[in-house]
Amino acid sequence: MNYWPLIGVAWVVAGFALRLNPALVVVSAGLVTGLVAGKDLLTVLELFGTAFTNQRYLVLFLLTLPVIGLLERHGLKQHAQAWIARLRGATMGRLLVAYLGLRQVSATLGLISLGGHPQTVRPLLAPMAEGAAQSRIGALTDDQRQRLRALCAGTDNVGLFFGEDIFIAFGAVLLMQGFYAENGIVLEPLQIALWGIPTALCAFTIHTGRIFSFERRLEREARALATRAIQPETAP
Amino acid sequence: MIDLTLIYWLAGGYFAWVAWRGLNDLDNPRRHTTALFWALAALSLLAGDRLPPALMGAVVVALAAIAGLGGLRRGRYRETSGEQQTREAARLGNRLFWPALLIPGVTLLIAVVFNDAQVAGIRLFSATQTTLIGLGLACVAALTAACWLTRQWPGEAIEQSRRLLDSIGWAALLPLLLATLGSVFSASGVGDAVAGIVQSAIPGDNRLAAVLAYALGMAAFTMIMGNAFAAFPVITGGIGLPLLVHGHGADAASLAAIGMLSGYCGTLMTPMAANFNLVPAALLELKDPYGVIRAQIGTALPLLACNIALMYVIPFTTW
Repeated sequence: MNYWPLIGVAWVVAGFALRLNPALVVVSAGLVTGLVAGKDLLTVLELFGTAFTNQRYLVLFLLTLPVIGLLERHGLKQHAQAWIARLRGATMGRLLVAYLGLRQVSATLGLISLGGHPQTVRPLLAPMAEGAAQSRIGALTDDQRQRLRALCAGTDNVGLFFGEDIFIAFGAVLLMQGFYAENGIVLEPLQIALWGIPTALCAFTIHTGRIFSFERRLEREARALATRAIQPETAP
Repeated sequence: MIDLTLIYWLAGGYFAWVAWRGLNDLDNPRRHTTALFWALAALSLLAGDRLPPALMGAVVVALAAIAGLGGLRRGRYRETSGEQQTREAARLGNRLFWPALLIPGVTLLIAVVFNDAQVAGIRLFSATQTTLIGLGLACVAALTAACWLTRQWPGEAIEQSRRLLDSIGWAALLPLLLATLGSVFSASGVGDAVAGIVQSAIPGDNRLAAVLAYALGMAAFTMIMGNAFAAFPVITGGIGLPLLVHGHGADAASLAAIGMLSGYCGTLMTPMAANFNLVPAALLELKDPYGVIRAQIGTALPLLACNIALMYVIPFTTW
């Protein structure tokens, strides 16, 4: 067994830990791994080029940006915030939990492209969550806003990951079935897909709990800030 | 028939326009390298499949070098003030939501309802990658609607998207660069080396140890590769199949399902899954590029523990 290619893994881990530019880390790690595995430079470049060309679809999400850029120039963010603030009973926590549930259920049905970071999180979910939080506790600090946005993005990921695996035509399920078939174990996709349900329920429970605890923490921080504002400290 | 090539040309044309506008953006201190970056991206979309792979590989290295050496900077984009935006929001109201909702709406319509549509016996959309074709066409439809609503021309939309594109910067291409790393890793036998180490480190006769090794191995190798799909054959072939299915008589279906989802817990915690973790951080203009990962760890770790418990019970119980 040749353990030298593991240098590439260590390279990536060290590069990310040292916060070097990820693009540079990734490509240099690829070069190093290929070279220590005994390939020549031209072969490694060919591997790069072929993989890059085959996976070009990964940048197509950028096509959504002109629409979002134009709508944001005409107040999409402001309107999303005002819209959610008018909705009675819409708290930030309830909004995110509803989104999580919808994202999981729709992904279960194979409707994966119904959400996503450029499609729904940036233009709609994040401004709405900010608007809902602001109408409840007042203006957010910059730090709170950052954490809230990160939680919105995380909620989309959790909803997607722990829903899509229950959809039988999803790549992951077919990959598992195909892998077993190669090893002489014949399974129906449905058998695999259904066993994703227990984890999906755990994911919903855990993440819901975290959303509500984040909301409580925001309220606590806002109260602490308010009391400090009313009683200014006299000590130097 | 509309196939993915057309959507690649669309995206390539878009990047070419962005490159041209970037070249003329005198407020960008690095306008030449910024423009070169997007021009190379345009080239790879327009002609990537017709150029020799080694040349494309050199393009990949050039893209990484521009990104890594600070060649991507921000310029100026005819921005409007928050006040103007609030006034526009009040004027346009809920109509602002419609173009945004058209993107997922039309994507679904094409991917689910019209995926097999035929006109005069010819397929309207190619049978492969219909969702991506749907996404590309949905963006065109939504852009048309947004331009009509705001009385602007598409050039203004692209100008506004440069603001987003330049703030995402190199992160936009990172998922693609990671995919190339993944292919080098698998071609160089990284997976076999990892499976070899794990196999030699665990006692095979202890069910709990084997379950722990499989679930944690899936999570850890997913974190390295940034992708549970790449980890599944390696870790299942190295640990799941020989130790748990053949050794302890685990049910293959439930073991695989829970194992894959243990890998997904790893996806939530790794910068290698750039399209889920780093791109959104850039897209939401977070100061900490790892902000999304930080927000997810609190869900990922307890969930991984749940997966281990489920994996210890479900595959070994007769249902």
